[in-house]
Amino acid sequence: MEIAFYLSGLVAVLATLGVITNTNPVHALLYLIVSLIAVALVFCALGAPFAGALEVIVYAGAIMVLFVFVVMMLNLSDTVEAQERAWLKPRIWLGPSVLSGVLLLTLIAILWLGDGGRVIEGETLTAKAVGSILFGPWLLVVELAAMLLLAALVTASHVGRLSSPAGSAGRREPDARKEAS
Amino acid sequence: MSGVPMEHGLVLASILFALGIAGLICRRNMVFVLMSLEIMLNAAALAFIVGGTAWGQPEGQAMFLLVITLAAAEASVGLALLIQLHHRYKTLDVDAANRMHG
Repeated sequence: MEIAFYLSGLVAVLATLGVITNTNPVHALLYLIVSLIAVALVFCALGAPFAGALEVIVYAGAIMVLFVFVVMMLNLSDTVEAQERAWLKPRIWLGPSVLSGVLLLTLIAILWLGDGGRVIEGETLTAKAVGSILFGPWLLVVELAAMLLLAALVTASHVGRLSSPAGSAGRREPDARKEAS
Repeated sequence: MSGVPMEHGLVLASILFALGIAGLICRRNMVFVLMSLEIMLNAAALAFIVGGTAWGQPEGQAMFLLVITLAAAEASVGLALLIQLHHRYKTLDVDAANRMHG
């Protein structure tokens, strides 16, 4: 269990480095899928197999497929890759990387100096306990999550419309007003 | 050695979060910005799972479900905005949309 945790954590960190340093969007997406699957293995190693399965199904399955479809639809060519390579100079990424590295060191120092000492034994928390929490005392939160998803659905279907009749009508409206006056 | 110390899991989550925030600041392509946001949300979910399993309580996994819901909502709205950006400006540079025309 410990070996699984450390190995998959290492894979997750390396794949995430691959995501943020890659210039090709499709390769970066594939690295991100590897990173998510590694995090799912971390969940399984820690004793949360339900969360690991959900991570694979929802994150690596659904959300990443959405990203892949959008990247395919936009038809990003080699010019995008060349532009990314031009933008990704050390002069640009050095400052933010140093700053976030300092923040990371501060966070790790706070974690190390805190009163920890708790050890994760890896006993399995099943989906039954999670379900009885969610549909018992946390029912209102589940309803709120459902409303959030509904709002996201409405927003995405409104914003993502390409040939928007509302936009062209809004553009035509001043002319119509001019003609009316 | 039996078991993983809780700090190691939290350090892994912090490293992933720092990598995500570095990518968010460095990149100008909106696809990479959205991917960095996903990395950061995933790191927060990992911290929830580590806390939940360290205390042996299922609330961590319940919060993980809510984080994954939020990530799905954020990804759908962000990708719709990305399509609009590419449709109007023919580029994925987020700086291209710095003028709000109402």
